[in-house]
Amino acid sequence: MNLHEYQGKTLFSEYGLPVSTGVACDTKEEVLAAAKQIGGDAWVIKAQVHAGGRGKAGGVKLVKTEAEISEFCNRHIGSRLVTYQTDANGQPVSKILIEACVGIASELYLGAVIDRSTRRIVFMASTEGGVEIEKVAQETPKKILKAAIDPLVGPQPNQARQMAFKLGLDPAQIKQFTQIFLGLAKLFEDKDVSLIEVNPLVITEDGNLLCLDAKVVIDSNAMYRHADLSAMRDPSQEDEREAIAAKWDLNYVALDGNIGCMVNGAGLAMGTMDTVKLYGGAPANFLDVGGGATKERVAEAFKLILSDSNVNAVFVNIFGGIVRCDMIAEGIIGAVEEVGVEVPVVVRLEGTNADKGAEILGQSDLNIIAGSSLADAAKRVVAAAGGGS
Amino acid sequence: MSILIHKDTRVICQGFTGKNGTFHSEQAIAYGTQMVGGVTPGKGGTEHLGLPVFDTVADAVEATGADASVIYVPAPFVMDSIMEAVGAGIQMIVCVTEGVPTLDMLKCKIACDNAGVVLIGPNCPGVITPDECKIGIMPGHIHKKGHVGIVSRSGTLTYEAVKQTTDAGFGQSTCVGIGGDPIPGSNFIDILALFEEDSETEAIVMIGEIGGTAEEEAAAFIKKHVTKPVVSYIAGATAPPGKRMGHAGAIISGGKGTADEKFKALEAAGVKVTRNLAEIGEALKEATGW
Repeated sequence: MNLHEYQGKTLFSEYGLPVSTGVACDTKEEVLAAAKQIGGDAWVIKAQVHAGGRGKAGGVKLVKTEAEISEFCNRHIGSRLVTYQTDANGQPVSKILIEACVGIASELYLGAVIDRSTRRIVFMASTEGGVEIEKVAQETPKKILKAAIDPLVGPQPNQARQMAFKLGLDPAQIKQFTQIFLGLAKLFEDKDVSLIEVNPLVITEDGNLLCLDAKVVIDSNAMYRHADLSAMRDPSQEDEREAIAAKWDLNYVALDGNIGCMVNGAGLAMGTMDTVKLYGGAPANFLDVGGGATKERVAEAFKLILSDSNVNAVFVNIFGGIVRCDMIAEGIIGAVEEVGVEVPVVVRLEGTNADKGAEILGQSDLNIIAGSSLADAAKRVVAAAGGGS
Repeated sequence: MSILIHKDTRVICQGFTGKNGTFHSEQAIAYGTQMVGGVTPGKGGTEHLGLPVFDTVADAVEATGADASVIYVPAPFVMDSIMEAVGAGIQMIVCVTEGVPTLDMLKCKIACDNAGVVLIGPNCPGVITPDECKIGIMPGHIHKKGHVGIVSRSGTLTYEAVKQTTDAGFGQSTCVGIGGDPIPGSNFIDILALFEEDSETEAIVMIGEIGGTAEEEAAAFIKKHVTKPVVSYIAGATAPPGKRMGHAGAIISGGKGTADEKFKALEAAGVKVTRNLAEIGEALKEATGW
């Protein structure tokens, strides 16, 4: 689960990390009032969306007058911000963070993720900030400073010091950096974080370190033990259909093709999309009905697929393991009875109770095309969707 | 032989009397797995599916001589269950449960490594040696005893590969679903090493997915240590890049992790790569000359 910058900074504050004085606001009036409250003659205002690249997209601005604040708020509140990290529709802006403006001497990068290969929380730091950081990582990985946290002993100050010396910090800054490093590591463990990023971590003109941005992603699997973080969820940042899917424990991602796909298992769902494409078709979605699918969930999944008006054929590819094919068949019939279906449906059932499932579909009077194998079914659905190269 | 499990493997189930534990234990018993009991705290001394129920894994091990355990408990209790099994001297743990917090797995993995315990999963279909022992949720009837070792990150993709190797008449020595989580108990390399040593296994099918660098690391291992023919498919070649937050994910993987990168790394390691999921069986024929 992604957090907004202002939420991340609230956590940063709790863990003793230096952040600017700021207020998260819902309206222009609140932003103007917050500017007075913060004081000074310049502020930074930032659109709150679950994506990076906001600065380049105009979602972050240094403002000096009420007019500039009003203009920014009028433009962004209630509209969508498109950045290179979002899709073409962008993310809706409903909150604006206004912060005191600080003079910046230089910028650093500091982030941490769980590294799958070393099976450790790994901190990364660099004197290169911004988008360039990815290029640096790819071309000259040695330029990225790394520190792996030992899961038994936890983060150690020496790890922070080693990074800080290599970053060229002065003695006072090294102390600050160590506090930031240890605070972030504690936050990472306490809150089941899967990604945390301070980009940039700046050195201000008066020589102090300050966390200018905060990106925090929480491990969705661990939400059950973080009621405080669950309350920070912002459903407006999630795709509407994806949110409905999540409610039913379905894993759905909208795509721009015309063949709706319903598959069990994320791997097979990806494999099915690959196969459809291989035979010249274009998938309209990724949809994994999951291992514990019930008749109701299958019906909801089917409705979700049909709610996309681009869909002109549906491909059901189920390899029953936990999921029984007869139950899938009943779910399909239930959904079709409820919402009606005018597009051809190609079904390929394999594994647990596949014969029974095929029988149930065969006895219904639905317009269902049976696929005898994965390749056969994929070819049939591409043909049914009126395409294929 | 086979790898990890065989006809003499004695298996207990943690979360035995729950819905999933019950259903899949029944299936395992019907398949011929030597299920010797189960654990549900508070229900010790009772009987379930004709087998003894114990309060603790230690009790179960002492009474039954179990050497393997399959875990079906809900995600919040997985770390506790794994640690209990490790403490009781279980040698092989298969964790089917999905949704386990990643930080829990970081710790469990170290505990298992320190104790020399093999952990498969979590979020996996399990392990099966056809006609001998089935631990997990895979449909038993699609398997056939044979000579292909299968290792996969995805449950249903494993079944797909199994079906194709069965249809082609080759059959499987052992099939291992290592699970799709960021921190799996065992990774491709662990299983590839076992297949390479196993006399029953003559060829290997490895099914990967986009994301992470496990396939690239496996490719490097294959190049150095695997002499048997390997066929590979990677799912997700056409998946669009997801919405993302920040750069850390891209930095840690250094630009690796795409299907193309993985195909390239595997091809360079001499692996027969197929980009068509429906042609794993065909690729295997080409790679082995069978």
